[in-house]
Amino acid sequence: MSATREDVGGTPLPPGWAKPAHQPDAFELTTTTFEERAAKTMARPFARGAIANATDHAAALTTARFVGTDHDALREEARKIRAHAIANLPDYLDHWIDQAERKGTVVHYASDESEARRIVAQICTDQQITRVVKSKSMASEEVSLNSALEAVGVDIYETDLGEFVVQAMGDRPGHVIAPILHRTKDEVHELFSAMAGHELPNEAEALTAFAREGLRHAFLTADAGISGGNFLIAETGDVLLVTNEGNGRLTTSLPPIHIALVGIEKVLPRRRDLAVLLPLLTGHGTGQQITTYVSVAAGPRRQGEPDGPEQMHVVLLDAGRSALLGGEFEEALHCIRCGACQNVCPVYRQVGGHAYGWVYGGPIGAVLTPLFRGQEEAGELAHATTLCGACDDVCPVKIPLHDLLLGLRRRSDADGHVPRHEQLAFALWAQVWSRPLLYRASTAVARGSLRTLARDGVVSAKTPLLRRWTAGRDLVVGRRAR
Amino acid sequence: MPDDVGMTVAVQLFPTCIGDVVAQQTVTDTERVLDALGIDHQRPSGTTCCGQPAFNSGHDSPARSVAKATLKALDDGSDLPILVPSGSCASMVRLHWRELFHGTPEAEAATRIARRVRELSSFLAEHTDALRDLEPSLAVRVGYHDSCHMLRELRIKEAPREVLQTVAGLELVELDSSERCCGFGGTFSGRYPDVSVAMADTKIDDMVAAKVDVLVSSDPGCLMQLAGRMSRQGTPVRAVHVATLMAEALA
Repeated sequence: MSATREDVGGTPLPPGWAKPAHQPDAFELTTTTFEERAAKTMARPFARGAIANATDHAAALTTARFVGTDHDALREEARKIRAHAIANLPDYLDHWIDQAERKGTVVHYASDESEARRIVAQICTDQQITRVVKSKSMASEEVSLNSALEAVGVDIYETDLGEFVVQAMGDRPGHVIAPILHRTKDEVHELFSAMAGHELPNEAEALTAFAREGLRHAFLTADAGISGGNFLIAETGDVLLVTNEGNGRLTTSLPPIHIALVGIEKVLPRRRDLAVLLPLLTGHGTGQQITTYVSVAAGPRRQGEPDGPEQMHVVLLDAGRSALLGGEFEEALHCIRCGACQNVCPVYRQVGGHAYGWVYGGPIGAVLTPLFRGQEEAGELAHATTLCGACDDVCPVKIPLHDLLLGLRRRSDADGHVPRHEQLAFALWAQVWSRPLLYRASTAVARGSLRTLARDGVVSAKTPLLRRWTAGRDLVVGRRAR
Repeated sequence: MPDDVGMTVAVQLFPTCIGDVVAQQTVTDTERVLDALGIDHQRPSGTTCCGQPAFNSGHDSPARSVAKATLKALDDGSDLPILVPSGSCASMVRLHWRELFHGTPEAEAATRIARRVRELSSFLAEHTDALRDLEPSLAVRVGYHDSCHMLRELRIKEAPREVLQTVAGLELVELDSSERCCGFGGTFSGRYPDVSVAMADTKIDDMVAAKVDVLVSSDPGCLMQLAGRMSRQGTPVRAVHVATLMAEALA
């Protein structure tokens, strides 16, 4: 393990290969509406096609994976495990910390995003870390970790192929499992060819080989590896990581220092709980029985061990999580980030992950974002769904997403975050429609107006009241000619 | 018809607000089908709306005021089934009224009515023998759209298909996207019209590819969305309620 930066071989990535990472707090959530962000993705037909194809494919793989199994019983078992773990989170977290520290892991607690950034940046400064390889971590997206580290002079290499592309493009991941779901192969080809300085063959293998070559060099020269974590096993104090590309294992075991940034809700009580959760995570994530790699990071290298990091740090990320404990929205913490709800969501299918404005898209994003970022900033997202319930039916841990979304809408109402015109409209509506006589009069007026506006049983007029309906649709009020 | 002895012979019909304003044809056709089956029906006077538009927007208080009017009109002291020709309204009354009226003086009545409410096609599916005896017939290729609340809340999937299959000459095609949301979503259709319309388009593309003549559903909300978009696009597919299709097949 004494390779130096000069003698490791491989081709280093050219300087300036990646666009600068996003600045913290530069999430679009604060500056644009869901409608505006959705329009951006919808204006890119290739992106829409790519999202639809990829999510349909993933959903079909998940369905196929569990054919002939007692899927519902497994989901119910998983729900119970997650509910128990979260209901007793402080205890299990304490236990996890004890066990992890016993194994020599240094445990840090970040109560919010800026604290997480500060802690990791401090570790990098203290340990003179200037080059980091990073395996995929949504928690790091929450805290905008990359820009924080760039600010203290650290070069970061995202090593998950999708995240590598995201970083090189200066983009954001569009899906929790498949970060470049919204991109096409042609876009990656163009990007990699530009990075290589010559035209690469437009084939998946050649493109992958290009990234692999550059990343190999990064792995061998990195001072530290930063990962997320899929589960924290309280019983053993370990961090469990699933990947398919092997980058997670290299990140956590090759560099001399491993730093894991993990949400506190990822705790599972016992190792044997993995027998239930792991097949559900991989089956709902990618349709696999099990991922190619399941890595267990169990502290730094012990005496006599030939490999592994010399230091292991775990930064436990709260950032809004503990505030949900014991409340109406606690079940949102049951999420294991498999992405299955995104794959079946008919809204996500049209607009992709970026429309949700922060880190998580789809139904779980519409729940977590208002909970983590606040109602003021993100309350709108709970309305960006048709409440179709497809997410409830697919969630491997049976999170009642439909109920949580409805609960968030109610909270907007209770907290007075509803636009004035909407409040007035519903108040007026209730005044009229709670009285049968007025109701009859109002519906007679509505019918009469529609009849007046209709041509051949169809209203397509852009009257002010119907404007948002008739922009793209007619209102069919009569029997149409056959 | 000896099989029908003891079957329901009288029902109440709750037209719903969408049936009162936009989908009057659906209500009339429901009555025609019930007439053909010899089932007595009447529309209780004083019903308005089930409260769903406000309830699903998170505004429980206006939802409750409006639903209360309908509750009072429906709570007539009888045990007659209350037919609702709309999957999502049926789901609202059957599943969510208890929650909406919890802890109010209407709680008991809400439970009483929830028990009586039946989504129309699930009711008709209990009368398929009687329907078949009436020899409904229509030569059409039909695709069926499962409305989300009917499918995932009431868990009714086969009933409307069983009803359609009583029609001689009708070819029922299973659409790949039959269970995917049409994009209506109540107030969603007005909050995010472009997304809503795009969602309809994926369903419509699927229907066109499957070469169906008619799209049938049991939810006037979904039909308003899909028919409205197809009308605007000039798509040569009719979108009709299961009651309308049955009324035509029985005519």
